Amino acid sequence: MARKIKNLIDWYEQVLSLNHQSEISREIRDEEDLFLLLLYSELLGIPNPIYYYSLELYPYMVEQFHTWHLRMGMDKSPLDGIRCC
Amino acid sequence: MNGSLVAILGILVFILGYRFYSKFIAQKIYRLDPDYVTPAHKYQDGVDYVPTNKFVLWGHHFTSVAGAAPIVGPAIAVYWGWLPAFLWVVLGTVFAAGVHDFGTLVLSVRNKGQSIGTLAHTLIGQKAKLLFLFIILILVLMVNAVFAWVISNLFISFPASVLPVFIQIPLAIWIGYAVYRKKTKMLVPSVLALIVMYGVAILSSKIPAFQIDLVSYFGGEGATGIFGLGATSSAFFIWIIILMVYVYIASTLPVWKLLQPRDFINSHQLVVGLAILYLGLFFTNPDITAPVSNGQSDVSWFPLLFITIACGAISGFHGLVSSGTSSKQLDKETDARFVGYFGAVGEGVLALIAIIAAVTFFPSAAEFTKTYSSFSEAGNVGLSVFVRGGSQLAAGLGIPVDVASTIVSIIVISFAATTLDTSVRLMRYIISELGVEYKLPALSKTHVATTIAVVLSAALVLLPEGPKGFGSGGYLLWPLFGTSNQLLAGISLLLVSIWLKRQGRNYWVSLVPMIFLLVMTLIAMFNQVLFQWSWFGTQSNTLLFIFGAIIFGFAVWIILTAISVLTKGELNQ
Repeated sequence: MARKIKNLIDWYEQVLSLNHQSEISREIRDEEDLFLLLLYSELLGIPNPIYYYSLELYPYMVEQFHTWHLRMGMDKSPLDGIRCC
Repeated sequence: MNGSLVAILGILVFILGYRFYSKFIAQKIYRLDPDYVTPAHKYQDGVDYVPTNKFVLWGHHFTSVAGAAPIVGPAIAVYWGWLPAFLWVVLGTVFAAGVHDFGTLVLSVRNKGQSIGTLAHTLIGQKAKLLFLFIILILVLMVNAVFAWVISNLFISFPASVLPVFIQIPLAIWIGYAVYRKKTKMLVPSVLALIVMYGVAILSSKIPAFQIDLVSYFGGEGATGIFGLGATSSAFFIWIIILMVYVYIASTLPVWKLLQPRDFINSHQLVVGLAILYLGLFFTNPDITAPVSNGQSDVSWFPLLFITIACGAISGFHGLVSSGTSSKQLDKETDARFVGYFGAVGEGVLALIAIIAAVTFFPSAAEFTKTYSSFSEAGNVGLSVFVRGGSQLAAGLGIPVDVASTIVSIIVISFAATTLDTSVRLMRYIISELGVEYKLPALSKTHVATTIAVVLSAALVLLPEGPKGFGSGGYLLWPLFGTSNQLLAGISLLLVSIWLKRQGRNYWVSLVPMIFLLVMTLIAMFNQVLFQWSWFGTQSNTLLFIFGAIIFGFAVWIILTAISVLTKGELNQ
């Protein structure tokens, strides 16, 4: 019985948090997109004063970059330098 | 007739509808495939596209679609007696709403989780997308006006509800902050907020000083208020202005700050409300005192009944939720039956208790007929009757009637307030989108679009003249709200029918409710516009005439599009 009540409470908590989680992840994603833009600023002609350091992030960015270009409607990677797919 | 028996009968039909009709549709018409890769899996991004357990998704879908509308409509429509309202809610849910909510969900799942607006563009063409945008614009405008009126009306009739409703705002902001910044779970703070709200409700019900009664501040109903207006007119004016200022701020804030935390509290209120009313009903077991049907109605039930009860029998708004969010979160295609069809059943259950609360309230049929003396009077008093009827049922559980009526009115107001907030936000988006479509960049600015939305809505709710003067005629807009909602359902059902036809399947299950809805809308608007609102009509009113004529035009447009697309079989890609 106690387990059933706990399951019910868990279910209810998930119902409540479903949309809220999406909203929060959307905000986080927007922030990360902005960060990505800053890292790729040279592609847009904006000088990147810290390219030396941002280069170190390259291996971490490749994975995220794949989901980003899919989300932007590009099936294949638009950059020659990143051959994620 | 016994109230509990009617409720059980209704619920039984819902269960049968779910068990057999939805199964038939799922297997033979929509042909759900358990192996189909849903958009939630295909485009999984952790934000919009998230595979979700069907019970969780149903809970979320139901709390998103259930609001004040399935309460207000039935409370007015019992004017024609309890049986017509009961039959339309029960049969409408089983044969129209279920098919519609379920169908839009499946259609969207089969089309990359796209929304109805985009699907209209894909399946019919650019013109259909614009038609769709204009219909939603009319719908949200009506929603804004009608719900602002509903809230003002309840604030004036139940002044004890004002303080608890306003307390909800800082509580919601606190929950939003606590959950977002401190990463706490949302169940505990939102339940605490509900307890505080209801605690304030008990206090304000018992202590007159806590009741914000503007009419009595002006010196009672006969007194003069501001700008030389009557006291009630002034109270309406002040509440509507306060509400409009509130929605302006609320609809421009990020959703997690105010709107979503309010929704958490409202989800609890929905559970509490349904539990109190159904338990109260089965405990008290009241008799239905209202007549089975009203033989002396001043306005015929046909076709007005079908537009007075929109949400609760069928509502186009559900298609927006089905195709907007739920379709992107569906784990398996076969879950669509439970989420879509059973979501509509949930709404039907809410509408059913709204009918029963209103028809069991009066001690005798004579009292009922006296209160519901004409259709316009029904529009005016319906909601208050529901609140009083609901509190009478709650009193069966030992809750004092004055506290119960405050709590029931708070529940309705909270639902109406979040609907208002969402709908102003939606109107802002549509104005922006029209601005992009017609190359008017100024319209796409947040504050320009919100100002237009708020000013238009305020003008619409203040203009119609009711028996209590300025702003009290908001109920006149209710049938217009119903028709625009039905139009939206009509266009969604048309899209489902086109899709079914393209698949070479039987499309009558969606076409018949579509034809029914559009014909009812056409007849109702033709009668109202020509014989009531036109300059030679019985209740000449330019504003209602214009809106009625626009809705009539849209209905004709949809029917012509339907005929051309479905008969030729030629589809623009």
